[in-house]
Amino acid sequence: MEKLRELWNETWHFYKRTLILVATGSKLYYAWCFSLLAIIIAGFLFYMRQHDAGLIATNMNDQVSWGLYIANFTYLVGAAAAAVLLVVPSYVYHFKPIKEIVVLGELFAASSVMMAVLFVMVDLGRLDRFWHMLPFIGSMNFPESLLAWDVIALNGYLILNIFIPVYLLVKFYYRKKPNWKFILPFILLSVPWAVGIHTVTAFLYNGLPARPFWNASILAPRFLASAFCSGPAIIIIIFQIIRKVSDIKLEDEALFKVAELIAYAMFLNLFLLGSELFKEYYSNSIHMAPVEYLFQGLHGHNLLVPWIWAAMTMNVIAFIIFLVPQTRKRLTTLNLGCIFVIIGVWIEKGPGFVIPGFVPDPLGEIHEYLPNLLELMVSFGIWALGLLVFTLLMKVAIPIETGEFTHTEFQKELMASRPH
Amino acid sequence: MKKKIKAIALGIFLLGFCFTSSANGAAEEFPVAPPPMTEGMFPCSNCHASMETNRKKRELKEEHTQVKLHHAETMRWCLDCHDVKNRDNLRLYNGELIKFTESYKLCGECHGPQYRDWRAGIHGKRTGYFMGSGKRTYFLCAHCHDPHEPKFKPLKPEPPPFPPTDRKHGN
Amino acid sequence: METKRYTRREFIRNASLTALAGVSLPLLSSCAKEETEDFLQKHFREMTAEEKKQVIAKLEQRYLQKFGRKLQISTKEAVPDTLWGYGLELSRCIGCRRCVYACVKENNQSRHDPQLQWIRVLRLKRGNLINLENSDHYYNPDTVPEKGFIYLPVQCQQCQNPPCVKVCPVHATWQEPDGIVAVDYNWCIGCRYCIAACPYKGRVFNWAEPNIPKEEINPSVHYLGNRPRMKCAVEKCTFCIQRVRDGRYPACVEACPTGTRKFGNLLDPNSEIRYIIDRKRVFRLKEDLNTESKFYYFFEA
Repeated sequence: MEKLRELWNETWHFYKRTLILVATGSKLYYAWCFSLLAIIIAGFLFYMRQHDAGLIATNMNDQVSWGLYIANFTYLVGAAAAAVLLVVPSYVYHFKPIKEIVVLGELFAASSVMMAVLFVMVDLGRLDRFWHMLPFIGSMNFPESLLAWDVIALNGYLILNIFIPVYLLVKFYYRKKPNWKFILPFILLSVPWAVGIHTVTAFLYNGLPARPFWNASILAPRFLASAFCSGPAIIIIIFQIIRKVSDIKLEDEALFKVAELIAYAMFLNLFLLGSELFKEYYSNSIHMAPVEYLFQGLHGHNLLVPWIWAAMTMNVIAFIIFLVPQTRKRLTTLNLGCIFVIIGVWIEKGPGFVIPGFVPDPLGEIHEYLPNLLELMVSFGIWALGLLVFTLLMKVAIPIETGEFTHTEFQKELMASRPH
Repeated sequence: MKKKIKAIALGIFLLGFCFTSSANGAAEEFPVAPPPMTEGMFPCSNCHASMETNRKKRELKEEHTQVKLHHAETMRWCLDCHDVKNRDNLRLYNGELIKFTESYKLCGECHGPQYRDWRAGIHGKRTGYFMGSGKRTYFLCAHCHDPHEPKFKPLKPEPPPFPPTDRKHGN
Repeated sequence: METKRYTRREFIRNASLTALAGVSLPLLSSCAKEETEDFLQKHFREMTAEEKKQVIAKLEQRYLQKFGRKLQISTKEAVPDTLWGYGLELSRCIGCRRCVYACVKENNQSRHDPQLQWIRVLRLKRGNLINLENSDHYYNPDTVPEKGFIYLPVQCQQCQNPPCVKVCPVHATWQEPDGIVAVDYNWCIGCRYCIAACPYKGRVFNWAEPNIPKEEINPSVHYLGNRPRMKCAVEKCTFCIQRVRDGRYPACVEACPTGTRKFGNLLDPNSEIRYIIDRKRVFRLKEDLNTESKFYYFFEA
């Protein structure tokens, strides 16, 4: 009984202090959080309009029935998968420079998956019927429907990536050593699970013979390769920011090692893309119409052409930057490469993947799609929400990691040791 | 003697059987809709019972001038299908008379494959109930094909769907 | 044993759902009794006969309020020993689109914002049939048929191996015993995965609340067929389930002025559709995708 009361007190203390932690910060911090909050509110208001009028408020139609929301979903699942796949092997290979940032990487994966799930939720026509998808309570079509698999995979991944960091952070908070025998299996499980979520997402496109653009065996490998490019690139940028605003020591060496991994992943991505292009252009069947639409334009419709070529250029430049040690090991070019990869892969995997699947449609119609203001605002809102959640998580997690934010019994010695 | 009577009786019975079977050969009933006659035209005998018959092949100048014959007109003319004595009936090739509600028999004499398909239901139009005891209506050849000018006239199509980019009306 | 399983499952379902409803309803919609009922409504296939009656009564009242017409909602089940098949004679279609609009009227489809049509007529240049990229959906000449073109109407093909049924995450669409692929409009969550999966663009989506003129409502409807739908649910041709289960021809078959469309029971050797398959050269669209469509096209000339 006494222990329970103690636990309750400590939890309340913890809660109060996290509130203080997230509410205090530099001017830049306030500016960042409030601008994100503004975008989130705007996005929410636009979503309410979509909720009232129906999806007719978007630019989607019967011919192009998935748009910006699903494009973002695909990209974010990749980012989430790659985050874990990057940091977790540090436990296996004991690459010390990366070890400190594992928890942060996993929290990033959790925020990413949360964003992906939110994008699916705003895309659903009848969100109020979401319970139909729950197993046992609703009627989940498992194992036939890949969307059912995706729901299970994503939610399982979210739970894993909340459970593991929370466990580790709680242990750090109590200044105790984590029980590796207990937690390591979960950490190791998150590696195949990360591959799993992105493979399942790829399979849900892959299994549709009605859409020859997606019905290619190369889809799952391409998804994973492009995910390994974009996820680590986001992480490199995020960790540089973390390094600047906190006391966490991150050696440059860690960042360069990650960049090297991106180079290999980008090579694989470009190679797989090249294989697809060869197959389509050389075979020259009518099924190459979507690829033609994407890269050249089809019967005068060429909205996506400048975008995809920009993405290709960015990807190739980034590849060279990451490959050449001199450019990789200089922070300015490294960051440029990262931004190119993030944007390039977003275009290639988001709109450059989802839209051509619908052009031409199964009856040969060609209708182009551009998101309208409502879709853009809702998408920005969700991205802002993800970034805000990640920021707040970092605001609490980093002090715990560095040892600043600990259990009350250690607070006194912390205060004593602090120089005034 | 008994044997002879038996043979004659058998012979008569067989003959009778042959006659009756030939008469019942085409006694199928189809629930056809009423033939598409011009208002007030039928029964034709109202006028034709008291008129003279003129078997000469010619273009009609006094009556039925709205009928333009474009149906094998080099080989046929009115009285090849309309019986000359009994205008309320049509005549088959062998002279047999049929009602206007059985006009498909006449069409079927030249257009065999279409007639066979029509009887099975896959040529032409049927509405109503195809199963059970509900009312069904079969359309005669003449309902779709004007027997004097059978070629279909072009129709004005219904409007196309709104393209998806038409934000005002469409999706 | 069956009923016991359902009751326990029902209990878990209703308990968790009421909890969820209590939390989420204020967020998701205005708290009305109607919406709570809708929220908790079961999947059509899991309803008992009594529950179906209740749902029908509720819907009939709703429609009376909304449209001012008394609709008769049937839940008639599949007739035993029937498997519906469709025949379309391509040599006779003149592209007049009378079938499209007969279907719209019969099946209470939204007329505008969005405009939903279950049948789509493609115009193809003579000499080309398979590459549908060369089709024109928006032809609008003064008269049809036009010289040098053929017309290909497409609608849900009621496949025996339906890709849409495979991918639906909530079992909102399934194949009935008489071969019709049906949708429970109240169960659909609007994810549009089935639209992405259909090779024939047979399925369309209610992007907003449908707009049907009150005076044009067809009052004899089937729960799985042509009852007025709601926003953000998927719909498609049901071979006029409200008609064929009573033995009547679908509306498009009756509307066609050239007798292009044929319908029948594939399991009845004397049916019109079997006559066609046995004697004419039939084919189905995109047969290589192995969907086993029940929509047979054939030619005479």
